[in-house]
Amino acid sequence: MRPIKHLFGIADLDREQIEYLVNLGDSFIDINRRPLKKAPTLRGKTIINLFFENSTRTRTSFELAGKRLSADVINISASTSATKKGETLLDTGQTLAAMQPHVLVIRHSLAGTCEFLADYLPNTALVNAGDGAHEHPTQILTDLLTMKQAWGTPAGKVITIVGDIAHSRVARSHLLAAKKLGYTMRVVAPKTLLPSQIERYGCEVFHDFDAALPGSDAVYMLRVQTERLTDNCAFPSVREYHEAYGLNGKRLRAAGPDCIVMHPGPMNRGVEIATDVADSARSHILDQVEHGVAIRMAVLAALCGGQEEEKKMGGSSRKQLSEEAMQAQGRLI
Amino acid sequence: MSGTLLIKNGHIIDPANAVDGVANLWIKDGKIVAIGAYDGEAEREIDADGKIVCPGLIDMHVHLREPGQEWKEDIESGSRAAVAGGVTSICCMPNTGPHIDHAGIALQIIARAKQVNLCNVHPIGAVTKNLEGKELTEMRELSRCGCVAFSDDGLPIWHAGVMRKALEYASSFGFMVIQHAEEKQLTAGGAINEGWISTQLGVSGMPAEGEDSMIARDIMLARKADARYHVAHISTQGGVAMVRQARAEGLKVSTEAAPHHFALTEEEVLGYNVDAKMSPPLRTEADRLAVIEGLRDGTIEVIATDHAPHHEDDKRCGLSCAAFGIVGLETMLPVSLDLVRAGVLTMSELIAKMTSNPARLLGLDAGTLSVGAEADVTIFDADATWMVDREKMVSKGKNTPWHGKTMTGLVTHTVKAGRIVFAEGDVCG
Repeated sequence: MRPIKHLFGIADLDREQIEYLVNLGDSFIDINRRPLKKAPTLRGKTIINLFFENSTRTRTSFELAGKRLSADVINISASTSATKKGETLLDTGQTLAAMQPHVLVIRHSLAGTCEFLADYLPNTALVNAGDGAHEHPTQILTDLLTMKQAWGTPAGKVITIVGDIAHSRVARSHLLAAKKLGYTMRVVAPKTLLPSQIERYGCEVFHDFDAALPGSDAVYMLRVQTERLTDNCAFPSVREYHEAYGLNGKRLRAAGPDCIVMHPGPMNRGVEIATDVADSARSHILDQVEHGVAIRMAVLAALCGGQEEEKKMGGSSRKQLSEEAMQAQGRLI
Repeated sequence: MSGTLLIKNGHIIDPANAVDGVANLWIKDGKIVAIGAYDGEAEREIDADGKIVCPGLIDMHVHLREPGQEWKEDIESGSRAAVAGGVTSICCMPNTGPHIDHAGIALQIIARAKQVNLCNVHPIGAVTKNLEGKELTEMRELSRCGCVAFSDDGLPIWHAGVMRKALEYASSFGFMVIQHAEEKQLTAGGAINEGWISTQLGVSGMPAEGEDSMIARDIMLARKADARYHVAHISTQGGVAMVRQARAEGLKVSTEAAPHHFALTEEEVLGYNVDAKMSPPLRTEADRLAVIEGLRDGTIEVIATDHAPHHEDDKRCGLSCAAFGIVGLETMLPVSLDLVRAGVLTMSELIAKMTSNPARLLGLDAGTLSVGAEADVTIFDADATWMVDREKMVSKGKNTPWHGKTMTGLVTHTVKAGRIVFAEGDVCG
């Protein structure tokens, strides 16, 4: 397997790397359920979580992932308003990198944040925890683990993703993953919430939610920012949005008895998802949250392990790297 | 200034006079005195054997940043970059600080350019005060003080009513209005062309319709006002088609293309390349080919760079935050020569788009090698290659998408009013 130096997005990962991270995450689920939630894998490693956008689950899960693997974890929440100028982003990145962390986990509203910073921070592994409307790779790896748990493999399945696709990094990362792992994406939104030429991802595009439901193996609801709806004339009202694109019990029944419900959170109950659906037995939303910690453990372990092995081996033996990483994983389970 | 300069054995191309052949060019006291035989002796000679000798190039779309943003560029550094690129006349856009919206600033820029004394600098006056799009500037006064056309470039004249009045008023006195055609309500928040690339990068796009809709509106207003209307830096297939149709109808509509719009596409921004960010943005291959076709069939009469120097700080902040614009003066000629190499234009047609055509549009006494004309001359080797190195650029702006790329076509000498101002890689004076 090609070593994973950074995690910018699903775009940069091949199928083998994706499956490696999902499987590694799968093996970490158990640690999180133990009474003693600690493994020594990342002892002596420093991880900085730098969040320029609000986040509860992503930030917390990265923090827990690092701590449960015995890394030293620092969290920084920088308000986007105070750091809107990119130069501050670069200065902040360079300042933190100068303190020699192994990994810098970054969320920022600027698409391409990691690609931009990587040119200036050659010695720090960067993890994209969400960059504008670009990518959110750890969310998609989390979802893939959830899909693996539900179905064994996502291959051949149909995921119907609904909502503000235009501004969604989750949607983009899923569309990229679908192609690599062989599942089908149905994209559902009014044209006002679809980005230009979305069909070039190879997905099916629907404006009618009800038409997209039959045959769906999962309905994946996206959070809708209500201010975005009205400010941009994307939709006239929350009421009409819920009627056209909200997931309710009736729609879930139309999707078939085995269709599961997913949502990357945070949910707007009564907007994109009705409460009875969100809390139903078919909802895997809290599984996604649980798997988020395991996946972020896997990502941090892979990046820290990768760095070390790369140095040791001069980046030559890829096979050996994956074996040693697997051994590292074996030591802690 | 005095003395006799002989440019020997060059291939002289002077589109305005249909000169296209190897000959000697004689310059005395800052003026062209003869092509071919001359009864006199040369005090200085430039051997132009194997090179092309043409009128000094004109770039009618340059941002000099002085006054106001001298850390990005100033009249001296911009003039030096111009002559290094073979350009002897530049028109500078009014989005300085203060803006070129009153006589004093226009006079100050012209006076400063004369002190620098490397190339002609012709200000373009603002159409509206403070570029606010509300009240018209004193265009007659600005014209008397040296402004050669009017524009709010950097910003569109967005208000249809103001644009109508601007076209009516300007055309009452024969002035040309240059529009930065961008419907901001369609491009708000955009950083690059809207399309498949912007979708993949997750960056807000600027749709071609933002440019097209304003060109369409303006052509209607120009028709009604019987006005001279010039579209700056045209970049879309739709825009080129509308200008072509307007010209066929006989309207006084003209346009220019920037080298980046006929040489590059939106693919350049992949990887979040801030040096490929400008407004209007790099578009699709279909748009690029439409611009080339417009150049070929004469719809686009002028090549102008939209030279927009920025400081590193304004670019080094990621694609969405980075300032719009790239430098262009030093790469204008070699990039444009690709059009000749590709068989789109003859050498003479290409040179006309950078000399006699903009001179005619703007009423400049430049752009020819006529006997008696001021001796502004560019000498270049069309086949010599060199590599663009941002650190070696003469402009203060280092923001070029061609860094590290090989250029074919090298300016070897630039002569301004008979004085050698650039020779073999060095700006003189």
